Amino acid sequence: MTRRGRRMMLVAVLLLGVGSAVALTLMALKENVSFFFSPTQVANGEAPRGYPFRVGGLVAEGSVQRASDSLNVRFVLTDGAHTVPVSYTGILPDLFREGQGIVARGRLQEDGLFVAEEVLAKHDENYMPPEVADALKKGAPLSNPHAGQ
Amino acid sequence: MWTWLHKLGSPPRFYRWTGRLIPWFAGATVLLMAAGLYGGLVLAPPDYQQGDSYRIIFIHVPAAWMSLFVYMVMAGAATVGLVWRIKTAEIVASSCAPLGASFTFLALVTGSLWGKPMWGTWWAWDPRLVSELILLFLYFGFMALQGAFEDRRTGARAAAVLAIVGVVNIPIIHYSVEWWNSLHQGPTVTKLGKPSIHLSMLIPLLLMAAAFKTYFLSVVLMRARTEVLDRERGNSWVREALEES
Repeated sequence: MTRRGRRMMLVAVLLLGVGSAVALTLMALKENVSFFFSPTQVANGEAPRGYPFRVGGLVAEGSVQRASDSLNVRFVLTDGAHTVPVSYTGILPDLFREGQGIVARGRLQEDGLFVAEEVLAKHDENYMPPEVADALKKGAPLSNPHAGQ
Repeated sequence: MWTWLHKLGSPPRFYRWTGRLIPWFAGATVLLMAAGLYGGLVLAPPDYQQGDSYRIIFIHVPAAWMSLFVYMVMAGAATVGLVWRIKTAEIVASSCAPLGASFTFLALVTGSLWGKPMWGTWWAWDPRLVSELILLFLYFGFMALQGAFEDRRTGARAAAVLAIVGVVNIPIIHYSVEWWNSLHQGPTVTKLGKPSIHLSMLIPLLLMAAAFKTYFLSVVLMRARTEVLDRERGNSWVREALEES
């Protein structure tokens, strides 16, 4: 084998070795790398009890209740299968609304209420003008909302 | 089999063919960026949820794409330099690093500025954000390692190994939003199926992405040419080339 061939082999072995090492590490860390738990994971008891963690899901329609005398907000996070009731006191991000994806950090109490210290809004990957969003909401016959006019 | 690589990489030839390409890339950058900015900031409608704040996408997304693209170019050139011992490939790799670091920095800063009003935080320890930050450190490490040796070619070889090792981070960045629960949204354009963005916003976005690419190509070639001249300054072809221009 030529010297150039040996160096090519070195590069290939290096990539393969580091790649598999990193892949194994990430697989082992799968739970720790994720930013939040889903309500289903919380319901299955996969989320830590007594430690702060993050839970993410959609704000259930019609579930937001604001206190009249404080900044306290109560709402329900859902992923379609399970739900988690959340209580939060503070200022919510611009994108917070019913149906929006939310990530809340806090603790799960014994009674199942999640007391959040921080609420972040998760934006989705859809971008469209307001007219298109309105048309979609009304169920106008737009076969594909993203294809443009 | 590989002679064309050596021919293309011989310093005088490299200096000549890149000199012819740069004006085209630079001209295309001006046109594409003007069209992209006009389309993005004037013609494109506001977003249904984010209003006008979403317009940072026209800088953020192209910068983030470039941070990955430049890394692959840098690692590719560094590999060619390591395996074939071609000096110009090492020079191209070293010219890529500061540009890639700048694109990465730009992507992180614009993302942070958008994240505060939209997510509610400047920074989160999210897989996508952290892997992009690691990319920035990889660029810094590449530059530092390269400069840490007395002999430039030894430095280039050591840095090439680092660049190749860092390649594993590239798929992690791209797929981080799909593999793990992440605060960062999933891909809008670079996925199978139709992009989840309205055509009136997609066109300026793609124009800006093309503008960033031609900008990178013109600047990286300019940097590489300057360094070729610097390293070859004792040779007669440099004198001839400079007298011609």
